[in-house]
Amino acid sequence: MKETGKRKIWSDYQKEIADDHFFYVRSCIRQSFFPGSETFFLDFMRNVLGKDVYENPSHTTCTGIGYHSDIVPFQTIMTVVARHFALMKESGYKNIAISCVTSFGIYTEILETWKHFPEELEKTREYLYKATGRVFDIPENMAHTSDIIFKFRSEIAEKGKFRLINKLTGKPLNVVEHIGCHYAKMFPKSGVGGAEFPNVLGGMVESWGGNVVDYPERRHCCGFGFRQYLVQANRGYSLSNTVKKFSSMKPYKPDFILTNCPGCNMFMDKWQYTMKEMDGTVYGENGESIPVLTYEELAGLVMGYNPWDLGLQYHMVQSEPLLKKLGIEYDPDDKFRTKDGRQMPVPKNLINA
Amino acid sequence: MVDFGFSLLKARQINYDHNDRSIAGYIYEREPSFRLCIECGGCSATCTTGNFTRFSLREINILIKRGENEEVRHEIRKCMLCGKCTLVCPRGVNTRNVITLAKEAFQKRGINAI
Repeated sequence: MKETGKRKIWSDYQKEIADDHFFYVRSCIRQSFFPGSETFFLDFMRNVLGKDVYENPSHTTCTGIGYHSDIVPFQTIMTVVARHFALMKESGYKNIAISCVTSFGIYTEILETWKHFPEELEKTREYLYKATGRVFDIPENMAHTSDIIFKFRSEIAEKGKFRLINKLTGKPLNVVEHIGCHYAKMFPKSGVGGAEFPNVLGGMVESWGGNVVDYPERRHCCGFGFRQYLVQANRGYSLSNTVKKFSSMKPYKPDFILTNCPGCNMFMDKWQYTMKEMDGTVYGENGESIPVLTYEELAGLVMGYNPWDLGLQYHMVQSEPLLKKLGIEYDPDDKFRTKDGRQMPVPKNLINA
Repeated sequence: MVDFGFSLLKARQINYDHNDRSIAGYIYEREPSFRLCIECGGCSATCTTGNFTRFSLREINILIKRGENEEVRHEIRKCMLCGKCTLVCPRGVNTRNVITLAKEAFQKRGINAI
């Protein structure tokens, strides 16, 4: 097939993603707020695809939030990241798989800095050696975990039990895909499809049978923006960004939002609660809000995993209306129950519950 | 309604779906040379009012075209209609007439712009 137009340009933005032997680095926000996502990724990669994914217990935060808040200096974060590379070298891995888009942005920024300013790389080697006695290599391949799920999206579609089709109407679900700014907007070559045609989430949705909504503010920031949010009085800036985005997508009646960035997922989820409490605005249909899922949660649902094992109940906007559309059966009594059957406290003010 | 300690800010985007561009239409119809404006700012550079205040005819032209009428209504009151801007315009836009037509359009809508 002769590819023309956007498809041709898109092919210029293909990214090399490793096939196996990953050194996995977790995300601070994701393992706290949607822990099922990382659990699914590891289970899927290791037990379904049979890949080698290694986690080092000595891995720490990348300090990205501190860096973007002007608390952690660049030299410090470069040394922290260098330590992660040293852990990878010690564990015998060359391909790094990064769970967080903020971390991914930090890693790409640092690698780009070292490329253009080799003296910074040498200084970082010295800082790390003096502080810890460790040495490191630059990874041969660096991928965000959404890149990896994108790479194996056809396998998920083949093994999947559900398609992104509304069982009630027989039509494809309308999906808003939202890609974190730090994924490819800073360094387009680091992302699938670059900054102009990022297809990392759209590709998954299309492979799994959904319809990607192309709305005017599709590439607008989710509103997180670090500095905008950290001081309470400034949070209006963050919220206003999110409202602009939601107002733009509302007429397209999205069934759910898919994100690959922890900050985007958290804010697009929790700001819907805030807007509902502030002035009663909701952005979904029938007075409901729009569920916001991570790509792992969606992949898990397609694969037929239990929604409560994927951690859907830990979002502010609950996913029951979406599960009904997908035709996924679930036990409401198991929602806040531990594996050994104990009832956990049920959060108040959940939306769509 | 819950007070979270911060508030929603009014959007500052130029929304062509919501903005009323009929004032611009009124001027285009009666003063076609308005379409020739390239927003070079020659009019603002020579403007006596603009020399002493932040009044800018170039900015007004853009605001009229965008339909940001509330700002236009306030700004055009400052024009003294001396016509020096018309003399320097490299595109031959009758800028003085643009202002009078804008005032006229506002008046016809019952909005005071004088």
